[in-house]
Amino acid sequence: MSIRDRSVAPTTPILEEDAAMWTAKIRKSLVSTLPPERLIPDRQPSYLSSWIYMFGALTLAALSIIVVTGVLLSLEGPTWWHLSSVGLFVNSLHLWSVELFFFFMVVHLWGKFFMAAWRGNRALTWMTGVITLLASVGAALTGYVSQTNFDSQWIATQAKDGLNSVGVGAFFNVLNFGQMLMWHIILLPLAVIAITVLHVLLVRKHGIVPPIELTEANQGGEA
Amino acid sequence: MTAIVTVLLGSLIDMSKPGHYIHWGFLQISLSNLIVVCLMVVTFVAAIAIPYKRKARNRS
Amino acid sequence: MSKQRNYNPDRDVSPWRGSYRPYDIAKELTVCFVVVAVLTIGLAITFGSPDDKAITIKQWSSADQVDFATTAISELDGTSGTATYGAPYNHVDGAGQKIGPIALQQWVGVHHPVNPARDFVLGPLSTTPQSPALDSALTRFQGASPSDQAAWEAAYEKAIPHAKVINGKLIVPPGPYGPVQVLMAHLTAMATTGALDTSIVQGSGFYGTDYTKSLLFIGDSGYLANQGADHHLSGDQWGMMNDTGSYPGQPWLWLYTLWYQVPPFTTSWGDNADAIVWALMMLLTLGLLLIPFIPGLRSIPRWTRVYRLIWRDHYRS
Repeated sequence: MSIRDRSVAPTTPILEEDAAMWTAKIRKSLVSTLPPERLIPDRQPSYLSSWIYMFGALTLAALSIIVVTGVLLSLEGPTWWHLSSVGLFVNSLHLWSVELFFFFMVVHLWGKFFMAAWRGNRALTWMTGVITLLASVGAALTGYVSQTNFDSQWIATQAKDGLNSVGVGAFFNVLNFGQMLMWHIILLPLAVIAITVLHVLLVRKHGIVPPIELTEANQGGEA
Repeated sequence: MTAIVTVLLGSLIDMSKPGHYIHWGFLQISLSNLIVVCLMVVTFVAAIAIPYKRKARNRS
Repeated sequence: MSKQRNYNPDRDVSPWRGSYRPYDIAKELTVCFVVVAVLTIGLAITFGSPDDKAITIKQWSSADQVDFATTAISELDGTSGTATYGAPYNHVDGAGQKIGPIALQQWVGVHHPVNPARDFVLGPLSTTPQSPALDSALTRFQGASPSDQAAWEAAYEKAIPHAKVINGKLIVPPGPYGPVQVLMAHLTAMATTGALDTSIVQGSGFYGTDYTKSLLFIGDSGYLANQGADHHLSGDQWGMMNDTGSYPGQPWLWLYTLWYQVPPFTTSWGDNADAIVWALMMLLTLGLLLIPFIPGLRSIPRWTRVYRLIWRDHYRS
């Protein structure tokens, strides 16, 4: 045994008498649902043969750039970008990564719709995708009202009416910059990321949906 | 060098001028938004139409 | 029950038993990241991002004194948009939108109390360094009967459309305004120096991060509405989808704003349009969310046959 081996904790054997432990149960459930080969696969079904399949990954890439640029903006505070040309550039990166995020996400949605990607117990995958879209729209709104410029004044004074009309505005006050900024940089990013992770794990668990089967009914002219 | 950096940090195209808007009946959309939506449709069609060739397959 | 009888091609699919090929997920994600990063940087360099400066009460009152005075008197006499809004800002009988009998706005109640007369006019005036004229006007106004106050306010409100700005001063035709004209003149002076911006945001504190009151006050003005229309951001201009300048905005809000352009949302449902549109959008969103369970809707992919193009390589093999 070399000296290097001692830096890694030994794997403990799984004993039958420990099977009732919460830890053992959780581990067993996780490992059986998402074994390493399913979690990080190196194989894909041969029917994955279209550029449309890239759009989920492109959406994730855009989301990661949104987060990175958001972190950079946070370093210097919410009014930095009005005063600094570097800040303005980082703000531009943040804005365009958001535009690309929605662009790729909607193309991804169209693709998944036309593939009927909810088939085969994948309804929750579809639903988490839609919820991510909704949370993202919320995150975008809170971002827009946190700009501390004319656009944020306008959007806040207009959006308040829709929210107030159904009682939401009493709790989610778009005119309260402090509240909106915190929703934008903490609460909604956590929600978007958490639901996205769940969405991706569901895709890994169930696999990419197989093609719609060609039958006599849908092969010819009639559906 | 400073001039190049300043230009890059600003924008090459001045987008602060008022936009153009397209009216069609009761519909109204800005030219920029229309371009974005058209690009999305073109991208979607291209993504499913353009052939996707991969390397040699393993049959399992 | 056999699997064949229960099988629904819009809901079910047989597990894949076919072939697999090598796939480098880490490489794909990395390539996607680089591509999107390059696109983002390219777009940022080419187009930048918009940054129109925020409107201040100082700017508004200096640019349009008549509009400022018009708004200020409506705040004092309780006829402004904010004063008549209802929940969550104040109690106003009958105010608030409904969907049929469901009056969520009212039921939720007042959570961000705003008293426009006190918060936008009398309160800030009482914090400003007192001149004898202002001191006496405030005392006289606050000691007067409600009917006297209403009479002075009504007279001033009627005269304001005929006011003129001469040499930078607002000149209102003479009339029975009582102390109201002095109050308005001092409020305008406070506004044009910037003191009113600070006073409304800070209230009695030091730090201010809640701009509810300032935004409601500016929101009542014709000035903000005109600025919005100039930037093509008004509701009837499909403004919800737009950004300032020529920037693309939020095209994904197209369906939300579409309803505001058509009857009956623009006509008989106008008073409750916001609430009804919200309810409608919640319903449609629920529909989007539950597509996997909705017969007919979930059959559209099969009927439209776009999948034949997506999976053409698979079908050929």
